[in-house]
Amino acid sequence: MLELSIIWVGILLVSLLFASFSGKTAAVGAAAAEGVQQAVEFCLSVGGMICLWSGLMEVMRRSGLTARLSRLLRPVLLRLFPGAGARAETLDALSMNVSANLLGLGNAATAAGLRAAREMARAADGTVASDELCRLVVLNTASIQLLPVTIAAVRESAGAAVPYDILPAVWITSLCSVTAGLLAAALLRRVWR
Amino acid sequence: MSALLQLTVPLLLAGVGLSALLRGTDVFSALIDGAADGLRTVLRLFPPLLMLLPAVRMLRASGALDACTALLTPALERLGIPPETTILMLVRPLSGGAALAAASELIRAHGADSLVGRTAAVMMGSTETTFYVVAVYFGACGIRKSRWAIPAALCADAVGFFMAAWVVRRLWFA
Repeated sequence: MLELSIIWVGILLVSLLFASFSGKTAAVGAAAAEGVQQAVEFCLSVGGMICLWSGLMEVMRRSGLTARLSRLLRPVLLRLFPGAGARAETLDALSMNVSANLLGLGNAATAAGLRAAREMARAADGTVASDELCRLVVLNTASIQLLPVTIAAVRESAGAAVPYDILPAVWITSLCSVTAGLLAAALLRRVWR
Repeated sequence: MSALLQLTVPLLLAGVGLSALLRGTDVFSALIDGAADGLRTVLRLFPPLLMLLPAVRMLRASGALDACTALLTPALERLGIPPETTILMLVRPLSGGAALAAASELIRAHGADSLVGRTAAVMMGSTETTFYVVAVYFGACGIRKSRWAIPAALCADAVGFFMAAWVVRRLWFA
């Protein structure tokens, strides 16, 4: 949270500095109250949609949809993680991690991902990240979500004509960004010692 | 295609509900429990947003955001990225809360279906809080040397930002 503390105080200091130079003191003074108002309205308008989706995600998990998706993903993951994939439990955690990410189950994804990461770290040794562990982290830092629920809810509350029409754009972009991350990983692995 | 996208929510609700029901899942209990879980998510989102949104609004009102945008405009325009999204790209890898505050402020100020609003939404939906994920994963398994994980992840973010702008332009503003 230290970065965030620095960012927060920094933003305020920069705003004050600019306000005193540009003379926009009235607007800056009012902006704080407007921001608080916006945060309250945001949670009220977006909160309902987040709850609705969380409910649907839970149905997917309980009906075994997540488990079926993770079985589908296994062949792909075996190619990406040949070492970890050799151990059944790690492969299990890996495919759970990716399928939960796809379905937007943030907590389940993190839990499964950390389980896989710990097993990979144990299999390697010491405090240096192995190639496959780095790859797992890169895969998790590049969001691969089928339904970006929160941002669609934001669009909805801001009066978008069709809030979900950004889905194809999000998929194409995510796919490119994940591919770029994995390509960068494959390149950097060779030069990094 | 557009009718399908308009029906995204009802179709998913009905489809998942039906398939779960056929597999003998107690659909309604799952919905309720999940919604309660969603409420906890909202509660977790609220405090950081309450602190970060005023900060972002002040930054905009003071003119600092415009100055920073003006500085980066030539470079970003060359890449086809709307300069207004600078603040979002800067905070996205660092803080999920700050990024959500920046994105929803952009969407509100420019309109949900505008070039800036759409680009911000796609950027937000297709990237993650990189540094947070790296810290959680490596922290949890005692890794000190992250080697090339962070550069590779940031590379993915950069491509994500660029592609978000490119795809939005292609699909809606060509």
